[in-house]
Amino acid sequence: MWQTIMTQHQDWFRRLTERFGRGITGSSLEAVDPWIELAPDVLVEVCRFLRDDAEMRFNVLNLVSGVDYLQIDPKKAAKTDWEPHIEVVYHLSSIKKRHSLTLKVVLPRWKDDQEGQLPEVPSVVAIWPTANWHEREVYDLMGIRFVGHPGLHRILLPEDWDGYPLRKDYEMPSEYHGIRA
Amino acid sequence: MTTADDSRILEFDVRTEEMLINMGPQHPSTHGVLRVVLRTDGEIVFRAEPQIGYLHRCAEKIGENLSPRQWVPYTDRLDYLAGMNMNLGWALAVEKLLGLEVSEKVGHIRVLVAELGRIASHLVAMGTYGLDLGSFTPFLYAFREREKILNLFEDVCGARLTYSYMLPGGVMADLPPGWLEKCEQFLTELEPVIADYHALLTSNQIFIKRTAAIGVLSAEDAIGYGCSGPVLRGSGVDFDLRRDGELYCTRMYQGYTYQVIVRKDGHYPKDHDYPPVPPEAVIGDCWHRFYVRMLEVVQSIDLVRQGIERYRQAPGDCGVPVKMTQRLPKGEIYLETEAPKGQMGFHLISDGSAIPWRVRIRSSSFCNLSIVPILCQNCLIADVPAVIGSLDVVLGEIDR
Repeated sequence: MWQTIMTQHQDWFRRLTERFGRGITGSSLEAVDPWIELAPDVLVEVCRFLRDDAEMRFNVLNLVSGVDYLQIDPKKAAKTDWEPHIEVVYHLSSIKKRHSLTLKVVLPRWKDDQEGQLPEVPSVVAIWPTANWHEREVYDLMGIRFVGHPGLHRILLPEDWDGYPLRKDYEMPSEYHGIRA
Repeated sequence: MTTADDSRILEFDVRTEEMLINMGPQHPSTHGVLRVVLRTDGEIVFRAEPQIGYLHRCAEKIGENLSPRQWVPYTDRLDYLAGMNMNLGWALAVEKLLGLEVSEKVGHIRVLVAELGRIASHLVAMGTYGLDLGSFTPFLYAFREREKILNLFEDVCGARLTYSYMLPGGVMADLPPGWLEKCEQFLTELEPVIADYHALLTSNQIFIKRTAAIGVLSAEDAIGYGCSGPVLRGSGVDFDLRRDGELYCTRMYQGYTYQVIVRKDGHYPKDHDYPPVPPEAVIGDCWHRFYVRMLEVVQSIDLVRQGIERYRQAPGDCGVPVKMTQRLPKGEIYLETEAPKGQMGFHLISDGSAIPWRVRIRSSSFCNLSIVPILCQNCLIADVPAVIGSLDVVLGEIDR
C-alpha cells in the first residue's frame, strides 16, 4: 500500500516536471504528506491541469494556508537552515479517486523586500470557487495578496484593522477604537 | 387630471427600491453571531452576503504558543456543539505527526463517544431548524434527548460542553463502571423517539413546504465550494471520511458495519423504515440535507451499539496521553476527520520543538457557509433562515 502511494506521487511529479519544466521547483515525496513546490507564475496552470487530468482529478481544494517562516528569537535564528520566507500551502484531494496532494508556493515576506508591500501569488478562485473565502482569510491574517481574486477584503477582522496577526513579527495593538485589546 | 393625481394609477406605479437588510449578528435564526447582509427588492433577495468574524478568538495564533496537549481545550470551543469530535480531530492529527498508534480499546472508546457526539450535534441541528421555521416543539424534544447524552459525557469526563476528553495518545480516562449499561439504556430510549421527530418535522406538510425544493445545491457546486458532511451527501455525493479518509481517520472504524447515508439510485439506505421522500423534494435541497442528518442519527445509534460490544472484548488500555513537554518531530501534516458538520481538518507544522510552528484549522462550517450567496440568490427573505439552518453552521468553528 505504502509503496504504491509513493510511486503514485513520483508519477505525478514526473508528469508535472515534464509538462511545466522549471515551474516545478522542488518536492518532498518521502514526507508523510508528500508535497510539490511550484513557482507562483505556473500555479494556476498546474492547478487547472491537476483538476482536469483524467488520472488525478483533484476536484476539491481542502485548505489554503499561509505559513510565515521567520524566527524572531535571534538565538534560534542563528541555528535555522532557512532564510525568512512565506509559504502558501494548498491541500488538494479528489472525491472520485480518493487521493490527496499538497502544493507549496514560496514567497518573500515582503514584495521586493520593501516592508509593507504584500507578496503576491495568483488566485485559484477560477479553478476552485472555495478558494474565495480561504484566500480572503489568508490575506486577512497573513498578508498575502492573491492577484485576480474577485474581492480581496478582510474576512475575520474588521476592514480597518492594522497589520497581519499570524505573521511571526506581529505586535498586538494596545487598543482598537478606544477599546482595550 | 394628471396621472399622478389619480390614486388608482399611483398604486400600480409604485417605484421599487433596492433595500439593504442586516440580518444578525443578533438574529436568533442565524445560529450565533452570524450577520448576513441582504440586498432585497420587496420580498426577493438578490444577494445575501455573510459577514463573519464576530467570534474570532485567535485560535490559530494561540496554537503557535501552546503545546498540542495544552491546546486541546481550545479545540472544544471550535464546534462547541460537538466538542468530542473536535478533540478527536486534533488528537488524530497530533498522532499522525508523532506516528503514534493507539490501542484497539482507545479506538472503540473514541468511536463510542464520537458517535454520541454526532447524535447530540444532529439533534441540536434538528431542533434549531424547527425553531428557524417557526416550530418550537421539536426543539424541546431534541434537547430532552441531548441532555441525556450530556449526562453520559459528564459521567465520562466531568464536563458537559467543553470535554477535552480525547487527548493525543489516548483518552483522559477509561469509561467509568456501569457506563455502558447507561449508554445502552439511553439508546433504547432514543430509538422510539426518532419516529416522533419524523412525525414532527420530516413528514410534516408545513415543514415540507418550507424546505422541499428550497436552496437546491448541485453536486458540482457542493464539490467546488468545498462543502462536506451532510451538506455534501444531501446533494447526492457519496463521500464520507469515516469510510474514504486516511488510515488515521478510518482505522478506528475498521470492522464496523455501516453504510454511508446518501441517496443512491433513487433511494436512501434504510429508506423503508422512515418517512418516504416527498415528491416535492429535489436532491440537494434543504429537505434532503435535513433528512441525511436524521438518518445519520440512526446510523450512529447502530455504530454506538457495535462499539459497546467491541469495547467489552477489546484488549489494551486507554492509552498514555502525550506530555506537555513532548517534542514534536520536524515536519508537517494535514489530517481531516468526519465531524458531524463536515470535514474538519488540522494542518500542523512543527520545527522540532514542543510547540507547533503553525496550526491551521480547516473548518467545515466555514466552507459550508460560503455557498449562502449561491443558494440565496433570488429566493424569498423567509427562505434565508431555511437555507442557513439547513447548512447547520456553528460560528465558533467558522470564526475560530
